[in-house]
Amino acid sequence: MISANLSAIFYLVSGVLFILALRGLSSPETSRQGNLFGILGMIIAVTVTFLSIGTFSSGFIFVIIFIVVGGSIGAFIAYRIPMTAMPELVAGFHSLVGLAAVFVAISAFLNPVAFNLGSPGNIKLGSLIEMSIGAAVGAITFSGSVIAFLKLQGIMSGSPITFKGQHPLNAIILISIIILIYLLCSTQSSNLFWILLFVSFLIGFLLIIPIGGADMPVVISMLNSYSGWAAAGIGFTLENTALIITGALVGSSGAILSYIMCKGMNRSFFNVILGGFGATDDTSSKSSKEQRPVKSGNADDAAFLMKNASSVIIVPGYGMAVAQAQHALREMVDTLKKNDIKVSYAIHPVAGRMPGHMNVLLAEANVPYDEVFELEEINNDFANADVAFVIGANDVTNPVAKTDPQSPIYGMPVLDVEKCKSVLFVKRSLSPGYAGIDNDLFYKENTLMLFADAKKMTEDITKNL
Amino acid sequence: MEIDPLIFRLSIFILSIFVGYYVVWSVTPSLHTPLMSVTNAISSVIIVGAIIAGLSGDPQSVFNTSSIFGFLAIALAAINIFGGFLVTQRMLAMYKKKKKEK
Repeated sequence: MISANLSAIFYLVSGVLFILALRGLSSPETSRQGNLFGILGMIIAVTVTFLSIGTFSSGFIFVIIFIVVGGSIGAFIAYRIPMTAMPELVAGFHSLVGLAAVFVAISAFLNPVAFNLGSPGNIKLGSLIEMSIGAAVGAITFSGSVIAFLKLQGIMSGSPITFKGQHPLNAIILISIIILIYLLCSTQSSNLFWILLFVSFLIGFLLIIPIGGADMPVVISMLNSYSGWAAAGIGFTLENTALIITGALVGSSGAILSYIMCKGMNRSFFNVILGGFGATDDTSSKSSKEQRPVKSGNADDAAFLMKNASSVIIVPGYGMAVAQAQHALREMVDTLKKNDIKVSYAIHPVAGRMPGHMNVLLAEANVPYDEVFELEEINNDFANADVAFVIGANDVTNPVAKTDPQSPIYGMPVLDVEKCKSVLFVKRSLSPGYAGIDNDLFYKENTLMLFADAKKMTEDITKNL
Repeated sequence: MEIDPLIFRLSIFILSIFVGYYVVWSVTPSLHTPLMSVTNAISSVIIVGAIIAGLSGDPQSVFNTSSIFGFLAIALAAINIFGGFLVTQRMLAMYKKKKKEK
């Protein structure tokens, strides 16, 4: 048994270690050490909790059993999950944090004495407010993440689900959550607590269904942020510094990522949240459906172009992840490098289904991270490059974003792929991208379309090099 | 008059948001996916609340409604802690620099 003051100091230490864990991610060299700090912080927090409870009753055995069971499941998933499935995994993990927050809140509500918060039916007002906010945000995180997971996994259609009166309905539910929290605090009624949880689950579900597949980077970041605020809410209830610090860190981290993702699409946060983007193609895309000439080629032509280039920039997108083409791509690049061709990779902020998705896939395929560049770092280099190889990306290369104020993606930062001497565009068909608009790049003089599966095409090119 | 301890916790909270803001902006964009998985792992420090909840029963009967929710929360948080840290470790191990050529 250690004193409350001593354990509070240790919780603070573990909070600081978590800050260092995030700090480590400022560069790949320090990141591994940062992760160790995080693990150390977690070990300290759990150990201190054990010590502060003190009496080692039979319940401890069950605590250990549940940790071992959960831990083995987590470890198993962590080793088995393919890197292309990271977005689903992260969404799934968010839902667990949310649900854990809900469970802790329920437990504290049913048995406040154990948490030193008063007695059932007479919980301290401050604690009850914190608890109900934590529970509500946790529930929203849970159901929202489940929907995000189902959409990413393809179990649920990635296209937005919208219906009439959706926004007023959501607004009413959100207001009712605030009223419920107020009533709950004044009456301490357990029925209201359950209703609050139910309504929060419902709104989490309703908030995410209208958001489409390609907006998932924003959704995942946003849910990341929510899971942090839920943890912080519970941290206030439990008067635990480690939880408060961590909740604040995670909350602001998710918020910043959401901001970066929104900026990458030149859309406001509310625009994304309200959803429905890319649901149906509007008149503008239908009217321009006249046939325009397209140059298409085969692996042979592509290999010829690249062999004669002195520098190549590769633009990967979500399609590369779908086709699992990252390894084939690396092999192609290895062959190019043997021929003294300079190769670099250009990554758009919203390429893929979550922040940094493409970077992880390339890292998995053993691409050195110092050959991979962000949009601002590399965009000027397209003008001097000989070949741009677009694999699985589409909207993020569309020059329309710079030229046509009518376009829904106008103003979105795009990669200046068209400035290259020639563009190789690997795609299965001419179908428009997620935004539902035609890509002008397809019809440019210097573009050669390669209609094939990304992986197969890349392998064929390597053979022809 | 004494200051309510809540104010101290609120101060920690607000200052941590600022720390988080500056620390996260300095994270390199190529590590944004590991950032998300590691924040997942650390936010599962909620397990400390789950442990208190799980041990809230009396020694005669370990399981009551309240503690069962606690135990479930322990299992969920443990999945996240182990899964989150290990998958982050796995990803970070893949980030390599270019080998010295020539």
